[in-house]
Order: sequence, then C-alpha cells, then structure tokens
Amino acid sequence: MCDTCGCNLTPGNKHLAFKPVAKGATAVSVLKGLLAKNDDQAAHNREHFDKRGILAINLMSSPGSGKTALLEATLVALKNEFTCAVIEGDLETENDAERIRAKGVQAHQIVTGTACHLDAHLVHDALHHMSLDGIDILFIENVGNLVCPASFDLGQHLNVTLLSVTEGDDKPAKYPVMFRAADAMLLTKTDLLAVLDDFDPDKAEAHLRNLANPAPVLRLSARKELDMEAWYTWLREQLAAQRALVAKGQSRRPAIQGDGQKFHSTTAR
Amino acid sequence: MHELAVAQALVDQVDAVIDQHGATQASLIRVRIGPLAGVVPELLATAFPLAAAGSRMEHAELEFTHAPIRVRCQTCGAETEAAMNRLICGACGDWHTQIMSGDELLLESVELETASSLIPES
Repeated sequence: MCDTCGCNLTPGNKHLAFKPVAKGATAVSVLKGLLAKNDDQAAHNREHFDKRGILAINLMSSPGSGKTALLEATLVALKNEFTCAVIEGDLETENDAERIRAKGVQAHQIVTGTACHLDAHLVHDALHHMSLDGIDILFIENVGNLVCPASFDLGQHLNVTLLSVTEGDDKPAKYPVMFRAADAMLLTKTDLLAVLDDFDPDKAEAHLRNLANPAPVLRLSARKELDMEAWYTWLREQLAAQRALVAKGQSRRPAIQGDGQKFHSTTAR
Repeated sequence: MHELAVAQALVDQVDAVIDQHGATQASLIRVRIGPLAGVVPELLATAFPLAAAGSRMEHAELEFTHAPIRVRCQTCGAETEAAMNRLICGACGDWHTQIMSGDELLLESVELETASSLIPES
C-alpha cells in the first residue's frame, strides 16, 4: 500500500488531508505517525520476542523510585520459576547491570550518554548482545524520567510505571502522558508510608483513574518484601496471556498504543 | 528534550516523501500534534532547524495543526472535550472513556517543489 500519495485515505481520516496547492508547488498528504521509523523497529523487536515466547516489560519511573530494587527482589523470587533477562538504560555507568548480574541474571547495560530515553533501535542493538533463547520474561528498565520514555515504543508488550511514596501522590496528574501509558502502576516503598504523612495511595489511584486508565494499582515494598505476591501473580498472568496470544498467531501492545492513533493515522496498527 | 529525536524522525520521513515524488525540496511541512503525544510543538519548532540543516527541507516552513483532546464516554456515549490530566466524561463524569483525539503525532502533509515548478528568479 502506498503511504505517501494519499491513496490510503479513509472516511475516518479524510478531514485531515487538507491539500492546499500553492503556486509552483504540489501538496501531498502523508498522515503517517511521526515516529514511524521507530515504530517499525519496535514492531520488529516485538516479532523477535513473540517468536521466542518472551514477555517484554518496559519499566518506567522517575530516577530513584526503585526500579532496580524491584527487579532485584523479583529476579530472586522467581528464580526457580522463570528465566529472566534485563536490559538496563542509564545515561552513564554499568552499575545497574552489575546489580542484576549479582543475582545471577543476564543483563545488558545501554549507556545512552545524554539521551533521556531508550528507543527501539537502542533496544534492538542490545538484543544482539544477548542470548534470548529460553528467556521467559525480559525486563527493560528505561532511563529514569517521567517525560520522554512514554513517547517511544520499544517493542514491549506492557508498560509498568512505578511511583514511590516518597514522591507526590499527584504525580499521575502532573505527568499524564507517562501515567496514561501504564498497564500497571506500582506504588513502591510502601514500608515508608508509616513515616510519611503526605502521601495518600487512594489519591494516587484516583489521579490515575482521572486519566481514564483502568490499570491495576499494586502497593508494595521490594526492599522489605511487603505485598510482593500480587506483583508476581500479575507477572504470571501476563506471561500466560501473552503465550496464549502468540499460540493464536497474535501479540499485544501496551493498552495505550493505537488507542486514538487508529482514528487518524494510516500506519497505526 | 526528546523533541530533537522527533525532529530527526520528521526529517527522515519528509526526505522519503521528497524522494518518492521526485521533488527537489519541501516548502511546507504540516504536523498534527495532540497534547497527549508528549511532544511540545514549540520545542519541536526549535529543534527542527537543527535537524534539517543542510537537508532538502532546510527552508521549509513547519506548521502545526492543533489537535484538541476529545473523549468518548463508554458509559453514556457522550463525546466531550477534556483536560490533559482529567480525561473523564464531561457529561456524566465517568472515567471509562476512550481518546478520540488529542494523542496524535502525525506528519499530515507536505508541500513539495519540483524542478519544473520552480519559478526562476527574475
């Protein structure tokens, strides 16, 4: 199908194909997602995962909300059940990958330099440095940042967004693009709730619902291993659901993707 | 500041359009961005000249089409405008809504100049 001449206009997107023809110029309607190149690479990554029955999860949060600590506890707890692997994204250092390797789990560190987010190409390059055979769950720990990572598809099946109770409970209202993207929101460091009088978990959840996001909200503490079982159960369910889809020749994408885009773009799936 | 990465993706795409139409350069690039796309039009406008320097769209005008946030309620069926962090139904207040508009990040159209359409300077 032609992507650039306008022959793929539909009644749903025709109103966008405004075509003024200036003197000495021709106008062409494109209606293609601006990040189409990244999205193509992400789709390719997803095929890699699906072919091997891997569930890929993108972890996003602000710096210091406990993504690596969550992974450390999870990898140990699920050691005898699943084979996991981790891609770490940071501006500098190999520190997080080393923390993961110390738990006996394969990890690849992406050092982004100054880039504030991972993209599908960076993840694809990382996959070529890893052995993917036999992996059940691949965690991609994105750069700690509540803004940019939300806009780039990596080929993951699910987004998990962490919010630690040492932050404000109105973070979902302040960073709606990020929290709208969450397939699950984890309220972390809940062991500290006892000494913090200004974080209300119910308010955080209400702010998430205001973003029309039905994602489950799990309250836990990885360091103190409090209420971790619901998170492990969620992971087991998601892996089983993903494998059932792949068996039918289908896959899944984070719930947010293609939500509104399908009404406008000719390339959104 | 991921707008630079978005600007580079935009330049790549317009470049492909120029090639496919055998044009010499782009004179106008129209982009549709909704507030929920996570890309700030003003920052993209700042980043674009950096990404487009030396390319066949160096002198192109970058135009933004505003995409208001609209949601459709899955409970009462109403379609209403919504604020970025309050995507609830404007009619009944339910949060079970679907985004109809406002999360777009689209290259909408491009105006191209072909060698034959260039008007010679007098």
